Amino acid sequence: MTPIESAERALRRSAVWILVSLLLLAGVYVRALVFTPAEMVQGLAQKIFYIHAPSAWVAFLAFGIVGVTSIVYLLLKDPRADLFAASSAEVGMVFTTEVLITGPIWGKTIWGTWWTWDARLTLTLFLWFVMLAYLVLRSAVHEPGQRARYSAVLGILGALLVPFIHVSVYLFRTLHPLPVVLKPGRPTLPGSMLVTLVCAFLTFTLFFGALLWHRYALARLTDARAHADAERADA
Amino acid sequence: MVELLRVAWAIAAKDVLLEFRSRTAFVSALVFTALVLAIFNFARDPTAVSALDLAPGILWITFTFAAMLGLNRAFGLERENRALDGLLLSPASRTAIYLGKVLANLVFVGSVEAIALPLFALFFNVPVLPVLGPMVLVIALATLGFVAVGTLMSSMAVNTRLAELMLPVLLLPFLVPPVTSAVQITARLFAGRPFSEVGAWLRLLVGYDIIFVAACILFFESTIEE
Repeated sequence: MTPIESAERALRRSAVWILVSLLLLAGVYVRALVFTPAEMVQGLAQKIFYIHAPSAWVAFLAFGIVGVTSIVYLLLKDPRADLFAASSAEVGMVFTTEVLITGPIWGKTIWGTWWTWDARLTLTLFLWFVMLAYLVLRSAVHEPGQRARYSAVLGILGALLVPFIHVSVYLFRTLHPLPVVLKPGRPTLPGSMLVTLVCAFLTFTLFFGALLWHRYALARLTDARAHADAERADA
Repeated sequence: MVELLRVAWAIAAKDVLLEFRSRTAFVSALVFTALVLAIFNFARDPTAVSALDLAPGILWITFTFAAMLGLNRAFGLERENRALDGLLLSPASRTAIYLGKVLANLVFVGSVEAIALPLFALFFNVPVLPVLGPMVLVIALATLGFVAVGTLMSSMAVNTRLAELMLPVLLLPFLVPPVTSAVQITARLFAGRPFSEVGAWLRLLVGYDIIFVAACILFFESTIEE
């Protein structure tokens, strides 16, 4: 099988998985809205939890994958690791944006404000900025080898940076305590909500995996086509 | 090790000498710094907010901007006439080149800071002298952190399409930990709090320096190899 054919096949297969995870996602939502009790204090507003929290998990997972595949790239110089890191960053960017959109919607209803410099919120915002920098850097370098090396370095440094930002924003917050009403406590979730949440986490992870696979197949296809074109031009 | 530092020193000396002969970047950075400090004076209502409350933030934003100007030209300089190729062809190791560049940038940014600090004390009527010792320590630690990361980012940014615009996009997220710590420590120093109160921030600053200086030395090679 030629690289083009194998990439096209991966593209089709991952598309099927995207459809499957979208159906499961709809299922999770039916369960969350119809079969899971509304939260006592927050009411229906709490339902956004089942998008917000899994998206945040996926956002950090995607970023972790960028860090790990960047190290793999620098060690092995395998262009596939670079394409995989780039795909993960791009898909992760979408989920991070989703966290930053659903967060304020929830926050406005419950905390009474669209935005607050809460530690976790600030951390997610900077994660978003680092991912954005990563993608902007990629788009600004043309030569593929150089692009791969640059973005791998940025990917690793970004992964190192996240714990430091985490410590800074927590130190910042503990020294300037916010009113406690702004932050709902972490209630031990009652059983039915927990099941819904776990389903949501699994579905989002599957959805992310399918999108990542699809994006990676697309990157491989673009690459394979470019190679084929170059070879034809040589001949 | 000694050889490495000797080569790094030679590279730094070359950059500092170049700057000393022309002085264009240094003078523009100084004028820029003085202007930023002066303009910040109009960003507050003097009857409502005391200068002391805003001073630490103003100081560090000014330093960050000034450093950005210096860092942008660190590798821009080598780009002219493809001077970087000459440097790479010489027997100097990649680590020596990186350390040399960091050293030159430290001299540049440090000199700007040394002149900006008294100016800042004058403009905002901040008692810098009584806390000068700890202040110098904090400035040195924070500057080392962001110059180390900034030098690496600058070596990548000069080869991109947007060069000057790219550096702030890459670098600013990395300045959050050192600049936040520096601002917090500075605020406590100006407020006359004991130095022991800033322990957690100081540890963060030192930890950042150690991790990122080491990581940047390690990864610099990957940004210039051909």
